[in-house]
Amino acid sequence: MIEVRWHGRGGQGAVTSVELLALAAIEEGKYAQGFPSFGPERRGAPVAAFNRVDGKQIKIRSGIYHPDTVVVLDEGLVGLVNVAEGLKPEGVLIVNTAKTPAEVRKTIKFKGKIAAVDATAIARKELGVPITNTTMIGALVRLTGIVKLDSLKVPVEHRFGRIAIKNLTAMKRAFDEVNIG
Amino acid sequence: MAAKKWPENWQNVNRGCVVFRPGSAGDYHTGSWRAQQPVWDNVKCIKCGLCYIVCPEGCISEGSDGYYSADLDYCKGCGICTHECWPRAIKMVEEG
Amino acid sequence: MSKRIGIEVAVAAAEAAALCRFDVAAVYPITPQSHVAEHLSNIVADGRIDAEFITVESEHSAMSAAMGASATGARVVTATSSQGLMYMHEVLPIASAMRLPIVMAIANRAVSGPLNILNDHSDIMPQRDSGWISLFAENGQEVVDMMIQAFKIAEHRDVQLPVNVNIDGFQLTHMVEPLEMPDQKEVDKFLPPYKPYATLHPDKPVSMGTFAMNDVYTEVMKAKDAALVNSKEVILAVWKEWEKRFGRAYEPIEGYRVKGAEILMLTMGSMGETAAVAIDELRKKGIPAGLLKMKLWRPFPFDELKKAVKGAKTLIVTDRAVSFGGPGGPVAGEVRSALYDQPTRPAIINEIIGLGGRDMMVEHFMEIVMKAAKAGRKKRKEAYEFYGVREA
Repeated sequence: MIEVRWHGRGGQGAVTSVELLALAAIEEGKYAQGFPSFGPERRGAPVAAFNRVDGKQIKIRSGIYHPDTVVVLDEGLVGLVNVAEGLKPEGVLIVNTAKTPAEVRKTIKFKGKIAAVDATAIARKELGVPITNTTMIGALVRLTGIVKLDSLKVPVEHRFGRIAIKNLTAMKRAFDEVNIG
Repeated sequence: MAAKKWPENWQNVNRGCVVFRPGSAGDYHTGSWRAQQPVWDNVKCIKCGLCYIVCPEGCISEGSDGYYSADLDYCKGCGICTHECWPRAIKMVEEG
Repeated sequence: MSKRIGIEVAVAAAEAAALCRFDVAAVYPITPQSHVAEHLSNIVADGRIDAEFITVESEHSAMSAAMGASATGARVVTATSSQGLMYMHEVLPIASAMRLPIVMAIANRAVSGPLNILNDHSDIMPQRDSGWISLFAENGQEVVDMMIQAFKIAEHRDVQLPVNVNIDGFQLTHMVEPLEMPDQKEVDKFLPPYKPYATLHPDKPVSMGTFAMNDVYTEVMKAKDAALVNSKEVILAVWKEWEKRFGRAYEPIEGYRVKGAEILMLTMGSMGETAAVAIDELRKKGIPAGLLKMKLWRPFPFDELKKAVKGAKTLIVTDRAVSFGGPGGPVAGEVRSALYDQPTRPAIINEIIGLGGRDMMVEHFMEIVMKAAKAGRKKRKEAYEFYGVREA
């Protein structure tokens, strides 16, 4: 079972990310959960969202405290919240940043694998807005193989309709361009 | 007083206490509550129908001559018609 | 068998109601039920089924409107949570007394105060004596299945009672997970159109919501109790039919690894799944533990409970609500009372867990069972415990 924690701000679409990822996994015939951090919804406040993906039925319904992977949608959250908290030492931390993984490592207390991708630049170019939730899925898929990139096509098209193609392009670029340290 | 019509036992309670006989409240003759009854003075009555409107029991009706009277099977003798009748055409009179 | 799809459970609950072709939805939104309300509204607005959505200004009105609609013979769905359910409380026993087969999804949430929007069962427990049939779902699939079963049970001529389906707020409502949506044709075969016992119609007037004083009120209450008690037979039959048609079995108390279990733990709602993982881990360690998952809360499954605990030395009853100054948790109070006249019965431990959204992980359930295993039949000092409470 792979457990993922997403960090973002209210309104940045972390919940959409976990929903799309769960739908893609289910589309592949896997079992998956996608859920927000439970509580009030507050725009701009640091929020988390979670995924579990497994080949067999998932029974655990408690929170995720020791994720295999952490995805950070907003670099500004580093330092504001401990994004590496509970992250397994053999896990991977994926940050949306223009910095290199080595530079990120200086600001985060985490000894495991760190990956960096400038999702904001990609999203600005491909979507015209700095919304990185779909873009970052591409980086996650590259690092974990949690689902196939193709499996996101159906849920993204269902969710975004006309602008789905832009999101899929951004996702593919993050998949290709993520810098693995 | 109307005869008791409620179920003899719990098995005979209608589902949800639904009463299938419409207007069954008419069996209850509230006229027995009355201590005074309204009496109309048709010389003063202007046939405005206010008594008919305000009667809480709905027991006042208009006769073929256009004047009003109460159905004494249901009139409780509350006196609201008398109180509201501005030409003072209705008087409350002791029963019996 | 249809394909598993990914869907948020709250949305799936509304979709299940749509599969039942509801006529009227009267709903007021409240966290964490809001997605149910929103989606019911979408279904009606999109014209997917021929139904009315009544926007109301409160939950008291939601239930009142639901009752009015149901009295005309409409198939009615509503949904609420926490304070909304508390506000509805006054009307709930009237819906059951009038034998109106309304189906209500409850996104279970803690009640104020202090204000808390997370999951526990303190909203449904005070409604225990409202005369509603009460089902508890453990996962998204059960939510969908129970919403459909609920209409069939509620509308059955021998039942005619409202049914609430309890869905853990957030833990279930906000979860995107895989489940099978039954086929519309299959649901149509399972659930025929509602044939009411009596309806409000100007052409054939009847009186509903009548008056009854001391000369008949007792008989009416006895009739209502009998209706609840007798509904169990229909519930079991509906579940049998469901299993035959859709392949998924339901029982009032579902056992998990109960064979040879000396220590049993009883759960209601979504925590049964995490607890089941704990039981697997305990069995690996050689601890003879098993799990009882109670799906039917009203009518209370006395016979099934007695049968399920036979042979167990210890029964741990988990509660997600508190009966303050009372027997601990309401579930444990009822379980104790149900087993009192048994010649042999297990020692009963009451753990009050997961209040106001406090998370329960696999290791927490393991700790509870291991502690009970260690204590054996030694009597506890306290009749109940607030699990994990921080003490001075």
